[in-house]
Amino acid sequence: MVIENKPKYKVIGTRPVRPDGIDKVTGRAQYGADIHMQGALQGRMKRSPHAHAIIKNIDVSKALALDGVKAVVTAQDLAGPGGDVSTLPDAAQNILASRKVLYRGQAVAAVAAINDHIAQEAVKLIEVEYEVLPHVLDVRESMRPDAPILNETMRTRGPNPGDGATNIVAHTVAAFGDIERGFAECDVIVENEFSTKMVHQGYIEPQAATASWAPDGQLSIWTTTQGSFPAREACAQLLNHPISKIKVTPTEIGGGFGGKISVYLEPVAALLSRKTGKPVAIRMDRIDVFEGTGPTPGTSIKVKLGATKDGKFRAAYADMAYENGAFAGSAAMYATMVITAGYEIEHVKLDGFDVVVNKPRTQDYRAPSAPAAAFAFEQLVDELAEKLKLDPLKLRLMNASKEGSRGPMGMPFKRVGHEECLEAALNSPHYNPPLEGPNRGRGVASGFWFNVGLRSSVNVSVQPDGTVNLNEGNTDIGGTRASLAMQLAETIGVAFEDIKPGVVDTDSVGVNDVTAGSRVTFASGMAVHEAGKNLIKELTTRLAPTWQVPVEEIEFEDGTFKTKDGAKSGTFKEIATQVVGRGVGLTVSGSVNAGFLAGGGFAHAIVDVEVDPETGKVTILRYTAIQDAGTAVHPAYVEGQMQGGAVQGIGWAINEEYYYDESGRMANSSFLDYRLPTSLDVPMIDTIIVEVPNPLHPFGVRGVGEPGIVPPLAAIANAVCHATGVRQTQLPMSPRRILETTLGIG
Amino acid sequence: MSGRTYVSAKINGEQMDFLCEPRQSLLEVLRDELGMTGSKEGCNNGNCGACNVIMNGVLVNACCVLGVEAQGGTIVTIEGVASGEDLHPLQRTFLDDAALQCGICTPGFIVAAKALLDKEPDADEARIRHWLAGNLCRCTGYDKIVHAVLDAADVMRKTPAKV
Amino acid sequence: MQAIEYIAPASLAEAIKVLAHHGGAARALAGGTDVIIQAREGRRNVSVMVDVKHIAETTELSLSPDGSLRVGAATSCARIYDNAEVARLFPALIESVSLIGGIQIQSRASLGGNLCNSSPAADSIPTLIALAATCEIAGPGGKRSVAVEDFCTAPGQNVLQPGELLVALTFPAPKPHSGAAFERFIPRNEMDIAVVNAAASVTLAADGSTFESGRIAMGAVAPTPLFVKAAGDALAGRPVSAATIDAAAAAASAAAKPITDMRGSAPQRTHLAGVLTKRVINKAVERARGA
Repeated sequence: MVIENKPKYKVIGTRPVRPDGIDKVTGRAQYGADIHMQGALQGRMKRSPHAHAIIKNIDVSKALALDGVKAVVTAQDLAGPGGDVSTLPDAAQNILASRKVLYRGQAVAAVAAINDHIAQEAVKLIEVEYEVLPHVLDVRESMRPDAPILNETMRTRGPNPGDGATNIVAHTVAAFGDIERGFAECDVIVENEFSTKMVHQGYIEPQAATASWAPDGQLSIWTTTQGSFPAREACAQLLNHPISKIKVTPTEIGGGFGGKISVYLEPVAALLSRKTGKPVAIRMDRIDVFEGTGPTPGTSIKVKLGATKDGKFRAAYADMAYENGAFAGSAAMYATMVITAGYEIEHVKLDGFDVVVNKPRTQDYRAPSAPAAAFAFEQLVDELAEKLKLDPLKLRLMNASKEGSRGPMGMPFKRVGHEECLEAALNSPHYNPPLEGPNRGRGVASGFWFNVGLRSSVNVSVQPDGTVNLNEGNTDIGGTRASLAMQLAETIGVAFEDIKPGVVDTDSVGVNDVTAGSRVTFASGMAVHEAGKNLIKELTTRLAPTWQVPVEEIEFEDGTFKTKDGAKSGTFKEIATQVVGRGVGLTVSGSVNAGFLAGGGFAHAIVDVEVDPETGKVTILRYTAIQDAGTAVHPAYVEGQMQGGAVQGIGWAINEEYYYDESGRMANSSFLDYRLPTSLDVPMIDTIIVEVPNPLHPFGVRGVGEPGIVPPLAAIANAVCHATGVRQTQLPMSPRRILETTLGIG
Repeated sequence: MSGRTYVSAKINGEQMDFLCEPRQSLLEVLRDELGMTGSKEGCNNGNCGACNVIMNGVLVNACCVLGVEAQGGTIVTIEGVASGEDLHPLQRTFLDDAALQCGICTPGFIVAAKALLDKEPDADEARIRHWLAGNLCRCTGYDKIVHAVLDAADVMRKTPAKV
Repeated sequence: MQAIEYIAPASLAEAIKVLAHHGGAARALAGGTDVIIQAREGRRNVSVMVDVKHIAETTELSLSPDGSLRVGAATSCARIYDNAEVARLFPALIESVSLIGGIQIQSRASLGGNLCNSSPAADSIPTLIALAATCEIAGPGGKRSVAVEDFCTAPGQNVLQPGELLVALTFPAPKPHSGAAFERFIPRNEMDIAVVNAAASVTLAADGSTFESGRIAMGAVAPTPLFVKAAGDALAGRPVSAATIDAAAAAASAAAKPITDMRGSAPQRTHLAGVLTKRVINKAVERARGA
């Protein structure tokens, strides 16, 4: 569904096959664990069995004595004295703890051996003496003054730092208008408390890294990462090694969703390689991934929303506590940027609490913080709709943010598509026929994610045959070789097939920030556009003497160079073949800093469920995902992002959770018991792409990776409420939870 | 005890001989001993399907098979699904239908779907979803994968000789 | 994984000899979908794997003319459900073996392996109990038979002694006017361990109005799969009615002594025991009336 007239693009909006596709359907593509270097050793991490303990001693002698073991490293091998790296103290402790372990699964040592089986045996032989401490797993419990303290030096950042040690990392306050007056003006007020559990991104490829430290100090790293440049930077600091001597080559990446931004294995493999003089590969297994990487926070969110009797939102308050895991994070701060951003509400006050608990250090997961916030807020919107006897979509439409409304951090929105998404939902074939049948319910919800811009840099080279190589520094996690090549093809007026995109190492292109925040097709697309323009300019300059006309006489339009009088002309490929095929090489670059906020993206979901009244099982009958893509560069890949986000949201809503036992151990750290949705658990996911061009991008592109996961949690909760009459305030809405809330069993 | 055993098996049509330790899984043997890294490790305990291969005519998780059990057997991996330059119809439809994003689960899905369509060329959506329930994908939400398998089945029914 | 020795005997006698020689450190390897993973994850101490898939007696699948069935312990789930005649006569067994893992697991996992793994939540065992299957065990001292409901002794434990091998499972021919069914409850639709599972086998009077007898079994509600004799007794001699079936379901719920873990809570499991028992009896009755 195209909302506004958009320019007639030739390549953008088509659905070519991705350039890396053949390798990925034939098994040729090389992912993190596929790097096999001659003579490489295999590494394994020794991990803490305790949720909270002081490390008294680490004895590696028995491990070192095992036949086939080549080296063992601990935090003492990191850059700083005693394993403290002053610039990245938390990251250092997180990859190799020296003083305390703050969660079960935290790494304390690593082994390199001639094969993985021996490395595993050696890990068992490392003896770590612990003094076990009381642990805290629940975010609200951790905020209490009597909670076990994770970090004695922590003081709360924010208005009330307090004087004692605390687990509250930061208190973020966002306030607009006069909250008390706002609620006083309301005719209807709804409020409730919600909670969600820690969940994992669930990428299928475990982390894997290979490092080779040459005698001259050149360090080469191959890793599956969402950020080869950030990985280089982190390794430089953790190893106290100049970035000029570190080259990070990103392999193909088997999913990330935010979970493959941080380094875990890379610096450790580097240390083991330095010690042994051989390449060292470390591959996580699935338990390592669940226990030792960064899932996304569990939350506790109290929300209050008030409206006038005609349905106009007047005031909103939220108290949001987000688990950061073992070390400081900023999820609750993000939550204050998104929870009310979808609506025009004059009076708003938001308190965000980032809190440490004895669980893995949390990381981003697709629109980090937003799904849990929407789970809370969008249920209250539905409650208001019920109380006011208004259609839930029309109530949202009446209050939706639009151009000029207050957005994240109080900044006014530029053109955004929330209203258009809601209109698309209202007019959809899904919403119009009423849902029939017993035990069934329909729910809707909106979602917002701010999207980020940040820095991107690409190199573009013209080949003698007039084709163009595009080298980028962001990992292709779901089709960005295609989406960037398409934007370059559009810019320079050539066929998609004439662009050959490649993802290159950190030595071969300018700085690129993370492959995250829905930024690559957006920001790297801007860099590509910039490079394309530079390329045209350079070709024009070189063409002028050939055509014997002044540069100003040459125009480039619609893929063709021509003199203003029309006497001479040639397509890009013809001209490039002439100029470069017979002349010197031509390489240009495009580099941008697209800023922090990238225009924001809205998504909406309509979902039908059936709830088995006897077992509490929720079945998803039908799901429609609606999203503003700005301009859909490759519509099939946009649909894929929407469908993937929807199904991750379904998993999060219904079954996924870190299930902890009393000892602070995750009891379900396998794909058997951490239940990702299977193909049998979901229906086809219908999509409606809305296109409200993003004024921040030359082609109107918006990031599309993240917003799709924001609405499903709330939409499903609203649907379950309609099916059962019971409001769901806690995730997951597992059969067990539904039985508890509907039949009181449990 | 940890000596290496001689194993001979037909892999993707080629007779291959290799040595492996009995504790090595077929997946380890394929990836680490034979350099065939198309089969992926996602869970190493039979719950994700990323390592699916067809062994002696049936679909198995290579992580749940010992390498030594391959003795005398026949194995088809993702590397053996295309014939020369001709992609298998499933490989073609996975590309055309945008059925992969990160691609890590793709080899397992294609091998699993091939095992299904070889056995049941008329499999419908419900059957495909049931058959593929042992293969996890976290990127696509399965929609385009199921479409790709349906489309490949269609192609294969129309051009049976090619397959 | 710890280093292991792999032996693939070609006869039952040889297998027994090897198992007896290595004692408790040896473990039979059929489909390997449990034992390989358990050894890898350090959950079972195994230093010798004895591959029992090259032995005639453990890999047979034979249906007698009278309808009784013999399934070699190493026979894969897929071979069982791909056999149309077995599928027609033993639909409950098919329901069980079609739910053990995904397709990739079923192509290797064996009925004997599922039983010998002796998980309280095993998906085949309640059906084996309901169908009154018998375990044929061979060992250094000869052969013996054990009723399947007496086989499991604790989670992961059973009556097999070191050196003994489960050779086959035998099933009596289905009686006229009888039917059986199996169901499990899981949060997803595939790939999960049962929160609770249940199987029922019923025999009706010729006119289909009365239960003559019934056998009910459940899983994941006790340390071993549970044969609930009281639930079957609640059916025998009574009319086929909602009240009778509710009474049997109540007996099943009452027999359940579940724990709370990550897969389900104790009250949830007790409740589901009743729900599933009712469902499987109803389905078994439907089949008995069609039989």
